[in-house]
This record gives sequence, C-alpha cells and structure tokens, in this order.
Amino acid sequence: MQNTISERVADFLENFPPFNALEKSKLDKLSQEVSIAYHEKGGLVFSEDETPHDFFYIVHEGAIALRKIANNEIVDICDEGDIFGLRPLMAHENYKLEARAHEESILYGIPIAIFKPYAKENEEVGNFLIESFASNTRNPYSKVHRGKLYGNENAQNINPEVKLLDLQPVSYSKKVVSCTPGTSMKKVAETMTKHRIGSILVLENELPIGVITDKDLRNKIVTGLFSIDSPASEIMSHPVITYPRKMTVTQAQMAMMKSNISHLVLTHDGTPHTKAVGILSKHDVMVSLGDNPAVLVKAIKRAKKYKQIKPLRKSIQHLLQGYLDQNIPMGLIAKILSELNDTCIKQVIAISLQKMKRPPPVKFAWLSMGSQGRSEQMLHTDQDNALLFEDVAESQKAKVTKYFLTLAKHVTHGLHVIGFDYCPAEMMASNPKWCLSLQEWKDKVSHWITNPGPDEVLMSSIFFDYNVSYGDKEVVNTLSEHIFQCTETYPIFFLHLASGALQNPSPTGFFRQFLVEQDGAHKDFFDLKRRALMPLIDAARVLILSHSVKGIGNTWERYEKLAELEPKNSELFLACSYATKALLKFRTKQGLLHHDSGRYIALEKLNKEERIKLKRTFKTIKEIQELLSVRFQVSNLLR
Amino acid sequence: MGLFSKKKRGNFPSYWEEYEALFQKKQTENLQEVRFVVLDTETTGFDYNKDRILSIGALTLQHKKIKVAESFSAYLEQEVHSKETVKIHGIRKEGRKDTIPEEEALQKFLAFLGNAVIIAHHALFDIHMINAALDRLHLPDLKNRYLDTSSLYKKTRLRSNLIQQQESYTLDELADMFNISKKDRHTALGDAYITAIAFLKILAKLREKREVTLKWLLK
Repeated sequence: MQNTISERVADFLENFPPFNALEKSKLDKLSQEVSIAYHEKGGLVFSEDETPHDFFYIVHEGAIALRKIANNEIVDICDEGDIFGLRPLMAHENYKLEARAHEESILYGIPIAIFKPYAKENEEVGNFLIESFASNTRNPYSKVHRGKLYGNENAQNINPEVKLLDLQPVSYSKKVVSCTPGTSMKKVAETMTKHRIGSILVLENELPIGVITDKDLRNKIVTGLFSIDSPASEIMSHPVITYPRKMTVTQAQMAMMKSNISHLVLTHDGTPHTKAVGILSKHDVMVSLGDNPAVLVKAIKRAKKYKQIKPLRKSIQHLLQGYLDQNIPMGLIAKILSELNDTCIKQVIAISLQKMKRPPPVKFAWLSMGSQGRSEQMLHTDQDNALLFEDVAESQKAKVTKYFLTLAKHVTHGLHVIGFDYCPAEMMASNPKWCLSLQEWKDKVSHWITNPGPDEVLMSSIFFDYNVSYGDKEVVNTLSEHIFQCTETYPIFFLHLASGALQNPSPTGFFRQFLVEQDGAHKDFFDLKRRALMPLIDAARVLILSHSVKGIGNTWERYEKLAELEPKNSELFLACSYATKALLKFRTKQGLLHHDSGRYIALEKLNKEERIKLKRTFKTIKEIQELLSVRFQVSNLLR
Repeated sequence: MGLFSKKKRGNFPSYWEEYEALFQKKQTENLQEVRFVVLDTETTGFDYNKDRILSIGALTLQHKKIKVAESFSAYLEQEVHSKETVKIHGIRKEGRKDTIPEEEALQKFLAFLGNAVIIAHHALFDIHMINAALDRLHLPDLKNRYLDTSSLYKKTRLRSNLIQQQESYTLDELADMFNISKKDRHTALGDAYITAIAFLKILAKLREKREVTLKWLLK
C-alpha cells in the first residue's frame, strides 16, 4: 500500500541514478518495500566477508565509509544519494569491504529481489549498472569519477576524501602587464622588476603575440646572445598558446605539459584573436593544487548556500591533517584554522543576512564564545555564540530584538548545516537570553560579577572568551570596558573565578596513575578536555582578566603575555603555554584519528612516549593550580 | 486484570482476547530486539470525551530499522467534526472515500500494535485518545508500555539553573533540531515517521552520556 512514507522515499530516490530512470509506478512499488535504517556514527552496516544482505543501500543522510580491513584504509566515502553494497548482490559474493557510518546516517535499504527484475527490464537502469561495474565507479554519469565503488587490488592509492580542488577553476593573475613588440629589453626588464612578475605579455593592437619570461632574459640576454637594447619582438616566445579563461586546474596542468611551457595566456574566447584577460603560471597551478588556505578562503567566500560550505570544511580538515603530519607549530596551525573557521562563520552570516527582508536596523556584533572565541577550535564541535546589538529606544526594542532573533535562527541553522552541532546548553544567539542589546548585556555581566554563584561563574567563563566573528567591534569594545570596570570594583569575583578554575577534576590520582571516567559511554576513557585542557584554559582566563588585559583570547598567547607581565613566574607561564599547545595538538590528532572530538582518549592505545608527554603536562597543571590557589586565597572560600 | 477491576474479563470480542493474550508471555528487555510501534493520531480536538480520532498512523521500528511495508494507516468515519482542526490536518468531514468505522480501525490497529512498546510524541495524549475510543466499545485500556519522545528529548538537554528548560518541545522543534524534513507534517503516518527518526537520534544523543537500556528509558 502506498503511504506517506513510501512517497517520501520515492521523492528522494527519483533524484538519483539509477532510480531516476525507473517508471513512476515501479519506483512507487519499490519505495513501498524499502527498509529505512539508522546508524549512529561508527555503527557497522556490514563487515568484510559478511554474506550479502537482501538489500543494497543508498545514503539518505550522512556518510558511509567503505574500508579495507587489511590496511584499515578508507577506500571510499559515500554521501547523500550514493549507492553501495550492490555488486556483491549481483555477483553473489560476500562483501569485499566493511561499511561503517562515518557520520550519523540514515540509509534506505533497497530490496534486491524487487529491484533486480526492474534492472533487467529497464535498459537504462541495466546500462547504468553495467557501466558502473565496468568503470568501477559509483556513478559513471557523475562528472567526477572520484573514488571507486568496490575495492580491488589497486584501489590503495586513492585518496578517500576528495581533493575537490582539482576541478576548481584556476585562479590567474588578472592584472596583465604588457609591452609592445618595439619596447627595448632593458625597459621590459625594468617593468617586470617594478611589478615583481616573472613573465610579461607582448601585445600588438591589444592582441597577444608573444610572451617573455625570466627564463628568456637569462638564456637570451645575460648569455650575451642578444643586447639589452634589442626589441621585445626578437626575444619573445611566439606564437602564443592561448586558452579560454574558464579552465580547471587539471586542464591547465595538462596544457602546460602538452606544450612544454610554463605560462598560459588566457584570452576572451581562447583564441589569439581576442583580448588577453590574464596570464597563468605554473606557480599559480601549484598553488591551486594543494589544499591551500588562500584557495579555500576564496571558495568559502564564493558560497551562496550553506550547503556549499560543508565540503569545504572537509577540505579544511585535510589541511589540518597535512599540517599535523608535517609537524608545523601548533600556534601557527591554530591561527590558520581559526581564520578559516571564522571565514565560514562570516559567510554563513552573510548568507543569512541575504535571507532577511530588511537590512539590520542597528549595528550588531556576532560573538563566538568558547574554543572558537579563543581561536583554539580545530575539530568540528558545538557552536557557542551570542549576539549583541546597539541600544535602541524602548519603543523600538521588541521589534529590533525580534529582527535579530530571526537572523540568529538563520545563522545557527546555517552553522548546523555546515557541521557545527547545536549547543546542548542552548548557549546560542538564537536563544533570547543570548541575543541582547548592549545595555542588557551590561546588566547581565554586572549581575554575574556581583553575584558569583557557581552558575554565574560558569557562564562568565564561557562568555568572557568571546571574539567578534562579524559586525561592529565598537559595540563589543564598550562591553569589554564595562566588564573590566566591574571586575575592578568587585575584585572578589576573581576569587570565585579562580575557585571555579580549580574545580576541574584532577588528571592523576595518588599514585600518579591516570584517572579515567567511572561510568557513562566513555567509561575507562581519559577525559583530556576536562582533566587537562580546561584547568589550563580556566587559569589563563582568571590571570589575564585580573591583569585587565583585553584583546588576547588565545590561551597560550595569554600565558605568553603573563610571562611578560610577571617575569618572576615566566618559567611556569611559558611551561603552561607549551603544555596547552601540546595538549591541543594531542587532542586534535586523536580527534582526526577517530573522527570525533578527540576529547576522550583510550589510554591503552597510546604508546609509551605519548603517555610520558601527557604526564609531563600534568605537573605544569598542578603548579599553575597552586599558584591560583595561593594568589586568590581560594582556600578561604568554601569549596 | 484483578478481581476488582472495573471491567470484568470475558465477553470481549476475539480480536481483543488475541491482543490481550500477547501480554501473557514475557517480553524481551533488549533495546535492539524489542519491537517498537511509533504512532500518531490526528483528532478533532483535545477533549478526550468530546473529540474523536480521525486517523491513526503507525510504523514498526525494530533493530533500528523501519520497514516501509510494515506500516499502518487508517482514516476513521466520525460524526464529530471540528472546523478548527481541519486547518491543521486537512481531513474534511466528507473529504475521504477510504474511511472505515471506528471499531474496524481499532481492531486492525490492535492487530498491528500487538505487544510492542509504543513510541509517540506527547504519547499520553494519543494513548488517552485511543483508550477513550476503546471505552466507547466497552473495551479496557491499552496494555502496552510506552515512551514519550517529548520527555526523552528533555533528557538530552543539559541541566543548569541558568538555562531555562522549556516545559515541553513540539514535534516541529524536534524536526528542526534534528534536520528532519517536515514534508508530511500533520498526516498521522508522516508525523509518526518524524517521531521515529527523532527517537533514533535522541537515543544516539543519550548514548553519548550513559549506557541506555530499555528499562532506563521506560523509567
């Protein structure tokens, strides 16, 4: 019987091959027999060498990783609309790969018994299957034959998570510097030096007739073959090889290899008979080829929909992995990563603003709190944010608040789409409590500072790490000033903040053994965030606030500043700075390895060296906690 | 059924006896294996006495799987009608040809439901509504155990004095929160589907924090 659920399934299936080729009546029939399965992240769909199910699968939501167990390598990642697990059913063989949910996923299981006759009858469907098996790709109609559907012997070199940049349009220098055929080489060299370029275009009647590169200068002039007064026409390489400006990185690379040249001239229509619009060097191609922050920023800024940003965030993770592999300093990695994350957030806000009917009625600022606020967010985590807007007349307030709440709802939804989970404590600007006018925020923080109960201290510790992601910095500065004024008047607040910072559980026990979680889903795991990172982060916050230093959000930078302010403690503070970076790196590596937040660590999986490294940071944690406790006389307070 | 219960045993139609017999056996306590029936009803209003069920939608959830073929949907013939709720569910009085009498619908529903654990959003409402209908047929109340996605969802939220917990969450809010398409909102089966997916996602969230057993969920 057809029902709303089978309609829902059919509506989805008809968008993807091979189902788009089925007749409506058959699609409906098939949809009624579908089995909808939910898999938690990491959940097993089928294991290697398992006898095939009665179903093959199409990903409705989430992503499934196909893995070869022998080398634990991800062979392919299937996203929304991709089918997998079909060939074993057709070939009557066991599964060759293991399939696990890479993210939380919903799969539609298509019963092979019903599908098979349809595939035999319908030529288009049959062809799709034959082609997909023959080419070994999941979807032979897709433009990109990325990844392979089924594992085989030579599937080992495939990079699972797409290098999507190969097919991105090239970015070329649009400012074309040129000379005429009659220009003397001396002049040409001067022009190139002035513009700091390695190649120059020779134009005649605005049309490109040749190119001169650094290499020509070296080979033809410096060797004395030609005098430096010879005209450009005698030196230039010609005829020019021209290409249209819309070409992909891969095309450009191939063009260069084919003609054995290092510079391509791009013209309006791709022939030498139209105006030159740019010049593309081998270097430009190299830059585009690697996962490269500049290219990613550009791509993010081009996004017009939230959805387009999601795959770019995946590339960011690649970049991160690459940086870690190359052992680039954590401080630098964090800077680049938070810059990229910030760009994503900014773009989401820009898209959200487009969705609003009117421009914002007054100036506002979007604040990122927590780890993103501190520029320490490496992996995908929850979103913590707040919105602050200029004070308005009382009569306008309800209307203005409503505007910003609506905007915030769009933004938090957008952030959710690109992979920031909703904050379980609802510390988000879409919550009316975190979307306030300047005066309301002032009142709120004053209240926290003058009534520092445990909750107020917790709130302040999250909120006070804010950082402006978007909007007006002036409004935010006013709020920061206010916070410092308040804390100066109520220094007792630091005592409470310090005591809050000391309440994180200790990382090691009496016998210096690691303390692990006692129950819950992470039983016997070590909580790296709560037991090691948070104590350092919290301590840095209290100390830097007590020095009234603003504008430094980052924990290790806070410690570096503290070392400068208190030379007698500089050794400890520098140790803290180092420990924070080390722990964050540790967490990031663990997170990437296990595709999670990296917060909980299975100690038995660590090698000896890693354990020692970890334990070494604990000594520093203990010392900084002692310093806090003495300085703010926390022992006087009932804990 | 005790000796002093209002409704005495016996003289029940065979379909009720069959339904009741299913509860004699001990049921599994394994969260994976237990059969859940996720259900939703569309009604003429919120008054258990005056209002009537217009449609029942239900599906089976077992081993984290929903089989589209194993779903239940019935539209009921009713004399009572309300202009207000027509706007919500779009079921007009003479709007459908495939309606069946209330007793027939309940009989089929009981057969589908069996001894499964019921899951519904604001479950008590749907259960009370069905019980009221059973009462009109002089039948006892449903015997199934149930879970309410609205209160389960609340368990996933953090508890803090400064964060105000919402009293309850609507199905729309859950759908938004979990990115579930609201395409067939306000058809009984469509809502049941949204509830089922929300339930699975809530379960995953709860698992992050602690071990989840059927017993704990039912507590």
